[in-house]
Amino acid sequence: MYHVAYFLDQLINGVTLGAIYGLVAIGYTMVYGIIGMINFAHGEIFMIGTFLSLIGFLLLGLLGIGWVPLAIVIVLVVAMVFAGFYGWTLERIAYRPLRGSPRLAALITAIGMSIFLQNYVQLLQGARNKPLPPMVTGGVELVETTNQAGQPYVISLSYLQILIIVLTVVLMVVFTYLITRTALGRAQRACEQDRGMAALLGVNVDRTISLTFVIGAALASVAGLIFMLRYGATDFFVGFLTGIKAFTAAVLGGIGSLPGAMLGGILIGLIEVFFAGYFNLEYKDVATFTILVLVLIFRPTGLLGKPDIEKV
Amino acid sequence: MAAAALDPRSIVKELGVTALIIGALTLTVVGFHIKDIPGGISLETRLMDVLAAVIVGVVGRGWLILLRHGRPVPVYATAFPIAALLLVGLLSETLFGAGGASLKAYLPFQAAIVQWIVTITTLGFGIAALVRRRQLIADARHPESVSGDETFMDRVSAGVQHSSLPLGIGMFVIAAVFPFLPFVNLQHLDIGVLVLTYIMLGWGLNIVVGLAGLLDLGYVAFYAVGAYSFALLASPDSPLLAELGIQQGLSFWVCLPIAGFMAAMAGVTLGFPVLRLRGDYLAIVTLGFGEMIRVVLQNFYSLTKGPDGISNIPPPTIFGYSTQPKMDDVTMQNTTDFHQWVGWKFDQVDTTIFLFYIILVMALVTNFFTLRVRKLPVGRAWEALREDEIACRSLGINPTNTKLTAFGLGAMFGGFAGSFFATRQTFVSPESFTFIESAVILAIVVLGGFGSQIGVVVAAIVLIGLPELFRELQEYRMLFFGASMVIIMLWRPRGLLAHREPTIRLHSLRRGRRDPATAEAGR
Repeated sequence: MYHVAYFLDQLINGVTLGAIYGLVAIGYTMVYGIIGMINFAHGEIFMIGTFLSLIGFLLLGLLGIGWVPLAIVIVLVVAMVFAGFYGWTLERIAYRPLRGSPRLAALITAIGMSIFLQNYVQLLQGARNKPLPPMVTGGVELVETTNQAGQPYVISLSYLQILIIVLTVVLMVVFTYLITRTALGRAQRACEQDRGMAALLGVNVDRTISLTFVIGAALASVAGLIFMLRYGATDFFVGFLTGIKAFTAAVLGGIGSLPGAMLGGILIGLIEVFFAGYFNLEYKDVATFTILVLVLIFRPTGLLGKPDIEKV
Repeated sequence: MAAAALDPRSIVKELGVTALIIGALTLTVVGFHIKDIPGGISLETRLMDVLAAVIVGVVGRGWLILLRHGRPVPVYATAFPIAALLLVGLLSETLFGAGGASLKAYLPFQAAIVQWIVTITTLGFGIAALVRRRQLIADARHPESVSGDETFMDRVSAGVQHSSLPLGIGMFVIAAVFPFLPFVNLQHLDIGVLVLTYIMLGWGLNIVVGLAGLLDLGYVAFYAVGAYSFALLASPDSPLLAELGIQQGLSFWVCLPIAGFMAAMAGVTLGFPVLRLRGDYLAIVTLGFGEMIRVVLQNFYSLTKGPDGISNIPPPTIFGYSTQPKMDDVTMQNTTDFHQWVGWKFDQVDTTIFLFYIILVMALVTNFFTLRVRKLPVGRAWEALREDEIACRSLGINPTNTKLTAFGLGAMFGGFAGSFFATRQTFVSPESFTFIESAVILAIVVLGGFGSQIGVVVAAIVLIGLPELFRELQEYRMLFFGASMVIIMLWRPRGLLAHREPTIRLHSLRRGRRDPATAEAGR
């Protein structure tokens, strides 16, 4: 049988993967909450985030900034800013002109943008997988036990995993503050409830929606940075599956609910890692999609979502 | 519209924002190229391209502002000379021989295709400005005839809809004689077969998306089911036949209905649990199904041979005679091939023409079926459900069953197309059934104009046929594909040929004499 050590290892892996999904899922859930559409190209923003981080690290390496904590902070800020521009432009070009149009139209432009951005990056940066050497190494030993064969086995928490968890928690705190305590957050929640009424009361709806996309893109780029640090490689296609799984996470947590997105992300990460670790590696994506279908059938509002009442 | 006053401050601000945005978008991904070097990666810079992009963007934005303020003269006065300069640079090698090549270094951007796009866009700006100027002059002369909000494409769409029968027959005739046109070669025929396959898929999906209004992002799943059903029943390499101990696979004509049936069953099975979901949710779930089927095909090695795929799928037969010369000894049962039977010399073109007609007939059957089923109660129920589900429910229509029929029938046609795909390629593998395929088919339906049968044809020709003709630009194909999806949607949010007429009228409408009231209702 599997050992408890293996279980703990998988648990830590699942949480770090879940942090990535959760950060991307927030972008989906915010956009869905405010304009009621699936921002299909959000996964590509995440993919661009991985490239921004990679370029940032390489550039800092050329400039001779070798102290890792400083490099990570700089790359974090740079990636968030530049990804924010991508999010803003995406909304401005592909979604804003179609706000009064049939919902399908916006979904098609979203898919078109997704295909466009994938190929844009592929053409500019090449189709080959881009590796990044490990930036953060080492860790703390938690428990020393023996595995089933009786050999000593150390359960350790690497500095990278600590960094990922701390980074995610800090971002969540800042983000929650932003949404619940600031004027922008109030405007954002007002637009989510009733866009027309918010506009009447003097909320700049266009700007609020734009900022929603910017924030979503910035969080996705942080997920991209974490992905780069954790898995050490990226290509133009990583956004597709990550995007779908993050959307699944948003649905699982209850679309429109921000804590739900993070919870859903962690759950999807855990499900995926445990399914791959204990059952079958090849079918882990099938497991995720099955979860999505089951949630939608039996609890369409997700775990933390509000029920959606349809009025005639 | 008279020329409005220009506000220099707002213009400078607008141009500044444009420069900032384009600079920020291009600085990272365009400005730095991650280069693969032995043993790792390094960076190389392309900052000149970033600068060029910013300048091009600012100039274009400036022209847009001028056009918006009704000042076309400075636009074409600058656009045409710039376009001419760019053209001279682009064609310098042909114009001045080898010596002219050095001129190319002065052109912005490194990639030739981007240079061409910039040049053509510049020309486009000039022409648009000229048109705008003529329009302004005309409006000034006849203020009463200032055009309403009905655009040129609206009138085209309405015209297409009103004359759909002659247009359809015309298209059919063109398609029917296409293989025998003098300039058509094997490559054109292959493109024709491909375009027709997508037209058929588009028409099949149109039942689901256009008529029933169910957004299906996983249509490729049914295409895959059809293709694999045929491959498993027909190919001598099929693990299924080997397991059953059958030597001779079934023929295309026997498998076709089976493949359609299997796909329809898959559609009903997958559709049953999820069709209660609304719009976007349904889209994501169907996308998930599409991916799941691909993952299963990839990993269920004992049945599907996984990524290796199933090869040696036989081409369609005529009266039991094979249309391809035998390539292996496994299927030596009937030794006469069709071309020997009728005494022709074997020619690849003939078999392709045969395939062309098969898919033409299959597509037409799909079309005919759709046109007829729209007149049946179930077809009416689909369209009613698309418009208002709650009203339908209160009128006693069972939404789940009605949607299931649409889903199942759409899937069936996907399965037919899939088995045609298998027999044409003689090889299937999971690689052919990725999400991009679903997106392409959906794009054909939506871009053509939801529910418009002719729109599907136009969109399939534009999206599939044109890129195939420009094979040299293969690597840019998907980039253009994505961009054109966005641009067409922004231009015509309801699709290229969208023009919704009531399906049924109390007083039938005589063409040519539309009174304003019914014309208004028809919009």
